Amino acid sequence: MSVTSRLTARRLTVRPGALGRPRRLAGIAYALPTLVFVLVFFILPLLLVGQMSASDWKLLGGDKGINFPQNYGALNNNPLFWPAVEFTIRYTVIVTVLLIGLGLGLALLVQESSRWVGMLRTVFLIPLAVGLAAASLLFWGFYSDSIGPLNPLLQSVGLIDDPILFFATHTNAFLSTVFMIVWKFVGLYMLILLVGLQAIPTELYEAASIDGGGRKQIFRHITLPLLRPSLALALILCVTGSLLAFDHFYLLTKGGPDNSTVTIVQLIYQQAFVRQNLGTAAALSLVLLGALLILNLIWFRLLRRGTAVA
Amino acid sequence: MNERKNLPSMFARTPYYVLTGSLVIIFLFPIAWATIASFSAQAGSAQAFGYGLGNYQRLFDFQEGLPRYFTNSVIISALTVLFTVTVSTLGGYSFARFEFPGKNILFLLTLAILMVPGATLLIPLYVLLRQLNIDNTLLGLSLVLSVYQLPFATFMMRISFEAVPRELEESALVDGANSFDVLRSIMLPAVIPGLITVVLFAFLASWNDFFAPLILISDPSQSPLPLAIAVLRQQTMGVIDYGATEAGVVVMTVPCIIIFVLLQRYYMRGFMSGAVKG
Repeated sequence: MSVTSRLTARRLTVRPGALGRPRRLAGIAYALPTLVFVLVFFILPLLLVGQMSASDWKLLGGDKGINFPQNYGALNNNPLFWPAVEFTIRYTVIVTVLLIGLGLGLALLVQESSRWVGMLRTVFLIPLAVGLAAASLLFWGFYSDSIGPLNPLLQSVGLIDDPILFFATHTNAFLSTVFMIVWKFVGLYMLILLVGLQAIPTELYEAASIDGGGRKQIFRHITLPLLRPSLALALILCVTGSLLAFDHFYLLTKGGPDNSTVTIVQLIYQQAFVRQNLGTAAALSLVLLGALLILNLIWFRLLRRGTAVA
Repeated sequence: MNERKNLPSMFARTPYYVLTGSLVIIFLFPIAWATIASFSAQAGSAQAFGYGLGNYQRLFDFQEGLPRYFTNSVIISALTVLFTVTVSTLGGYSFARFEFPGKNILFLLTLAILMVPGATLLIPLYVLLRQLNIDNTLLGLSLVLSVYQLPFATFMMRISFEAVPRELEESALVDGANSFDVLRSIMLPAVIPGLITVVLFAFLASWNDFFAPLILISDPSQSPLPLAIAVLRQQTMGVIDYGATEAGVVVMTVPCIIIFVLLQRYYMRGFMSGAVKG
């Protein structure tokens, strides 16, 4: 906000006498729908999930009384819990590196405007419009050994002899899913980083090349540091989104083979609706919330320090 | 003269066109394949040989019928867009132009929704909607989907309203217009790009959401498309029907791609202007 608009803001809001109070009331009235939504569908569920996590709460039977530390202890005893944590983190790290690295690559590729580049941008963004569940069902057929096009294609050009079974081993199932996620989401990271790239003043590049800076040097010393805010936003979005992965593992790998691709959110779903134990599901979802909050706090610290240095 | 200069540079650009051209193929191939597969013959599907609409026919007749699921999805998206736009426009206007106690806390709380995993909210919401007597309804699901949209939508509308010059509304206020007149006749026309972005995101998110209906909807007659198609692929008499599933994918996806491409001009402008302001 500029200085002048801040001044007029003061003029409007601290207008003496009669206008001041109605304006305050009007402001509250306009914010009222937001307040109702936040209270009923956000604060109230958060309080309720806290209560549920401390209760023996069955899906059908409802609240059966206090069961405080047991729900949390049950997490540790669930044989799927630690593997799911480990798998979710591994998935998050790999997907984040790929999405941000490839997103940056695409952004650099479509920086300068032309008709061809405009078309490229649209093409890279189109998978974003496909829903995650729709994309999962699409690739479920795409990877299938009965109608998938990849095996016939690779066999006809002689690259492989035997068909690839895309979900048969843990590695195959994992890589197949990661490829789909990169296909679907890389356009978003391209867009975020493209916005960041375009905000860098061209004079900086000109000055650097006059001073004899090579392409690599310019990228390292100008582009990357100035891209930091966009990279940070991309990082936060990507890590948060990946830690909450559900749809594609539920629909594509179904957690298999042998429960080797079960994520934390899948475990929550399983506890609540397969084991019908809302108490342990609530406890697990609060643990997940806690982990995300800590992660976000660390990031805000780092970001603030980063901008202070810059 | 120009041509002679351009010829070597065109050759120098060849690797670039090979690279970007292959990328175009990689990005479009799965969608093109799904579209073709939905019309082709597959073992175990309704389309026994040749090309045709057999897979769509089976999809059309599945359980409650495609028209029912499609209508459900349309209602859910329409309600979600309506709730999101109404709440975030009024809220954004309030946060941008008014002062009242608790304003900043409410704004931060709205943004904080973003930090809470959907699963964390859906477990208690499953219980809560039942107590409110709107469990298993399109209305209940739309309300929940709107909540997820509020952080982005409220933020977007607030910065859109803040970007409108104050002089515009001041003269109207001096002329005796009330704040709602100002919102309707001066502010709203000025924030159309922001509004379109909010509508687009709310539509795409609610049309495509799978997790919320999976948890909140157990009555098949209230299922939206993604849930219905996911059930369809498992439930055709033990035989996996890839053809009908891919037909369902096409039905789900086509409206999204059309709207996304048509509105590209608006949301790209919205994003790019965001960059200038930092």
